[in-house]
Amino acid sequence: MPILETKKITKHFDGVYAIDGLSVGFEEGKITGLIGPNGSGKSTLINLLTGTFPFDKGSVVFSSSEEVKELLPYEVSDYGITRTFQDVRLFEQMPVIDNILVVLTKRNVVSSLFEKHKKFHLDKAEEVLKKVNLWEKRDELAVNLSYGQRKLLEIGRILAMSDGFGNNSNIFFFDEPFAGLFPEMRKIVIGVIEHLKQQGKTVVLVEHNIDIIRELCDHVIVLDNGKLLAEGTPDEALAKREVMDAYLGE
Amino acid sequence: MEYLIHIGILIGIYSILALSLNLTVGFTGLLSITQAAFYGIGAYVTAILLTSYGMNFFLSILVGMFISGVISFIIGFVLSRFDGDYFALGSFGFNIIVYSIFLNWQSLTRGPLGIPGISKPELFGLDFNENIVFLGLVTIFALLAYLLSEFIVNSSFGRVLKAIREDEKVIQVYGYNTLFYKLTIFVIGATFASIAGAFFASYITYVDPSSFALSESIFILAIIILGGLANNKGAVLGAFCLIILPELLRFVGFSSDIAAQMRQVTYGLILVLLMLYRPQGLLGEYKL
Ligand SMILES: Nc1ncnc2c1ncn2[C@@H]1O[C@H](COP(=O)(O)OP(=O)(O)OP(=O)(O)O)[C@@H](O)[C@H]1O
Ligand SMILES: [Mg+2]
Repeated sequence: MPILETKKITKHFDGVYAIDGLSVGFEEGKITGLIGPNGSGKSTLINLLTGTFPFDKGSVVFSSSEEVKELLPYEVSDYGITRTFQDVRLFEQMPVIDNILVVLTKRNVVSSLFEKHKKFHLDKAEEVLKKVNLWEKRDELAVNLSYGQRKLLEIGRILAMSDGFGNNSNIFFFDEPFAGLFPEMRKIVIGVIEHLKQQGKTVVLVEHNIDIIRELCDHVIVLDNGKLLAEGTPDEALAKREVMDAYLGE
Repeated sequence: MEYLIHIGILIGIYSILALSLNLTVGFTGLLSITQAAFYGIGAYVTAILLTSYGMNFFLSILVGMFISGVISFIIGFVLSRFDGDYFALGSFGFNIIVYSIFLNWQSLTRGPLGIPGISKPELFGLDFNENIVFLGLVTIFALLAYLLSEFIVNSSFGRVLKAIREDEKVIQVYGYNTLFYKLTIFVIGATFASIAGAFFASYITYVDPSSFALSESIFILAIIILGGLANNKGAVLGAFCLIILPELLRFVGFSSDIAAQMRQVTYGLILVLLMLYRPQGLLGEYKL
């Protein structure tokens, strides 16, 4: 059963239809690859599903039951959705550890005023930062990290979103998490994604590297010009004529 | 000695103002240029309540905080529709509006004539007429403002403020309805500023609109930029530096007239130099 579906959603910027009447679904507990040429609308789809932009038309359905026509950015985490950004977005002038702690603490103005992070918050942050190999850098400002470390910190931040302290994210969007990473960092990210799958989480992975897609994904959705071009298992989808054309035509 | 006490009292009042503005500008990244409006509201409320109704000073502080709180809530709500530069422009629009109200609502504020004869605080038969005692009282309130600011910025709430400053869209995706956070800190900052206003009114014994013009908001902003954004000690240090600076100018032999004019020039110069060479200020933890 799809945990998340779009129904004919559309988004245009000026004259360009970035997403054009798209209906796709993401299966619960599976890793779905979201691929397509540059500018095909992959990031825009994530932006629509995380409230970054409103969509023009269509709707989004959760667990085949709840249908919504609008998603506000601060509500998406209530639906269990979390994400990374293609152009890594950190809280730059805050220490690494605060970039994690800030998603662990209370979401309510009054109670957060009277809350200071506690030992269990720190323990969780430590666990997450060790997973992405940034524990030694915890007191460094995020702005001072290397490119790869920045990507890893962002991944650590969404891991913290499945912390069990009230924000149990179960749908994870990764927008090109491997781009620009060294091999050992890639291994960390692959480990993170595989571990999420073992925990029964739903993962959507935008990635240009076809080998990684074949290795990790259960299902692949191919976009082109904001429309669904093909879908299926990695082998099926990638073998399709139109997919090869779309990629070669670049 | 009297003179040093006078400087001390001003430093205390401006420390409260700087701490209050640092909450919105330094920690939350909302470039608000309207702090003098709330400072003025606090001052006028105390002036009016003390002179026309003989109310107790401390009670008038509470009333001033309440009124500034309500007004800042409305202003903050309107400003929440703007981002970045537009927020700054909108905020100083409000400063001008509030200033014009001080100037033109003559039946309440006596307009340009101002309100004289404001008395010194009194509590349980204890009076604060002596400047040294008044200094003690201001210092206590400045210390409270400092401690409260530290409490706020070190809480989970304070961490969210910083995240809003860094990237509001991103912190929203992690489940924070940032409007409430921005409004709350804006209102808290405004109520702090109104306390400073109450002390100012009672100390000078006279208020008129000129003390709460846009240039005063810019002065408070200069204090925190010099001292260092997002650092409470920096706010106090900035107040200290910018209050004693004109006095130093006088000491090195400028006449008071020229010193007063030099003041504006030096503030401007300091701001430009800081932006060029040390944008994070003396103790700052954040660059605009
Ligand atoms: N904020 C925006 N404003 C205007 N146009 C946009 C915006 N975001 C995306 N677009 C346009 O929408 C289309 C889809 O862009 P999108 O970023 O979703 O592609 P993508 O598949 O993620 O590409 P890439 O592989 O390069 O990341 C492009 O034509 C792009 O120029
Ligand atoms: Mg993209």
